[in-house]
Amino acid sequence: MGSSSSPNEPKKQAASRATTKTVEHMRKIRTYSEVKQETGSRILEQVTAQRARLANRLSRIGAIVAIVSGKGGVGKSAVTANLAAALVRRGARVGALDADLNGPSLARMLDVTGARLGDGADGVVPATGAGGVAVISMELLQSEEDTPLRWKGPGSDSFVWQSVAETGILREFLSDVAWGDLDYLLVDVPPGTDKISRLLDLVPHPHQILLVTTPSEIARAVVARSARLLAEAGAGPETTGLVANMTAYVPPGGDGPSLPLFGEAGVEALAETSGLKVWAEIPFDPKLAESTDRGRPVTLGEPASLAAHALESLADRVEAGPGGRRVQL
Amino acid sequence: MKFLCIDCDDVMTFAERQLPGDGTLTVVFTCPSCGREMAMLTNPMETRLVSSLGVQIGGREVPEQPMELTRSNLEGARADAFSAEDLPLDGPKTAGTDAEPVIVKGVGSVTWSPGARERLDHVPRFVRGMVKRIYSEYAIEQGIETITPAIMDQARSDLGMEGM
Repeated sequence: MGSSSSPNEPKKQAASRATTKTVEHMRKIRTYSEVKQETGSRILEQVTAQRARLANRLSRIGAIVAIVSGKGGVGKSAVTANLAAALVRRGARVGALDADLNGPSLARMLDVTGARLGDGADGVVPATGAGGVAVISMELLQSEEDTPLRWKGPGSDSFVWQSVAETGILREFLSDVAWGDLDYLLVDVPPGTDKISRLLDLVPHPHQILLVTTPSEIARAVVARSARLLAEAGAGPETTGLVANMTAYVPPGGDGPSLPLFGEAGVEALAETSGLKVWAEIPFDPKLAESTDRGRPVTLGEPASLAAHALESLADRVEAGPGGRRVQL
Repeated sequence: MKFLCIDCDDVMTFAERQLPGDGTLTVVFTCPSCGREMAMLTNPMETRLVSSLGVQIGGREVPEQPMELTRSNLEGARADAFSAEDLPLDGPKTAGTDAEPVIVKGVGSVTWSPGARERLDHVPRFVRGMVKRIYSEYAIEQGIETITPAIMDQARSDLGMEGM
């Protein structure tokens, strides 16, 4: 062992010579890019058809509003449900798409748990939730409330195809649901910057993006990554706004002064570094949590509450934003 | 992915697709110049990766159905996730006679025999609407007025619908 006259040495030298010989006599084989002909597999035309179906469906929607964060637990779904209800209360036609396939919650928040979807000629007919919001969520398709999301297929190496499959499911939620003519389609995007990228793969330019955060430093640090990702994707401050959630604690009953919930000034710091404006500041109101948990968005059930007022202000901003029903001032 | 016949410097073209049923996939390509054939064999993971794109190598016999990927791949699907309103075949069966024609929205009119209805009843409800539409479209396209179990077999064979 370790000697230069190892018994394997002649084999190594022979292999080296063979490699050299192969390189010297390498044949010229056309590369993929040089081969222009198709194989007849008809993959490209199927992908093109998928994209066309998606574009056709989305062309009937006034504004696609993505509710994102990157951080979990900041209240994206509650903002989505309550914003949807606020918009529909104003007479807008609104759809809510729960892109959180693994942890869906919009069906409950918009009171469609157990509702059935339809097999319409134009696609899958969504459920109709609180106030008339059209809803699609993985929760409507699963047998048990606590069923973890699983796909048929080989158990080993599932990480290889699972992300591709879930992108396909999101595509189907967007393109195969008979949304009809909507003023707004709100898309509740789960935590993780990769999930934001997944949506942007399918919808490269949402009309508006609500970047939800809380004042905590931890949230700021995580959401800053999403802000950068969005900026790199070309979503500027004209389409993207910060939604500061849980900015202050509203005591039960709504009486008395609101109290700071976090000691940090994360939202201001995030606005400064990202160049984004704060479109709404929503206090932590127990009424919002209770009402939303019961499937009755606070914007419908408790319209006089502080949280509802804040969400109505956000609805104003969305209505006046790109793709909104009102011309931006 | 493309396959090049090195001798002919020609792209091999799709000839045949086989799904043996064990999760693997066999796709045969042929060189249009010399006729040489080669088979691409994928393991279950690779097969699943391709199907996750919502595409079929060699093209589709049946147009992609609404939420097909979701319906055919979700484990633990809710049996009654889809409303029965658009599934008139759930109505009473008339033994020994053909049922009244049913209108398939956006497709046309076709009659289902009692035997065909019974077979459709065995299809999981989660995908039944989708399957019904596929058979109905096939029958209408072929000018067939009544779908029978034999027609269903024929459609499965013609359309390459394994397991439906």
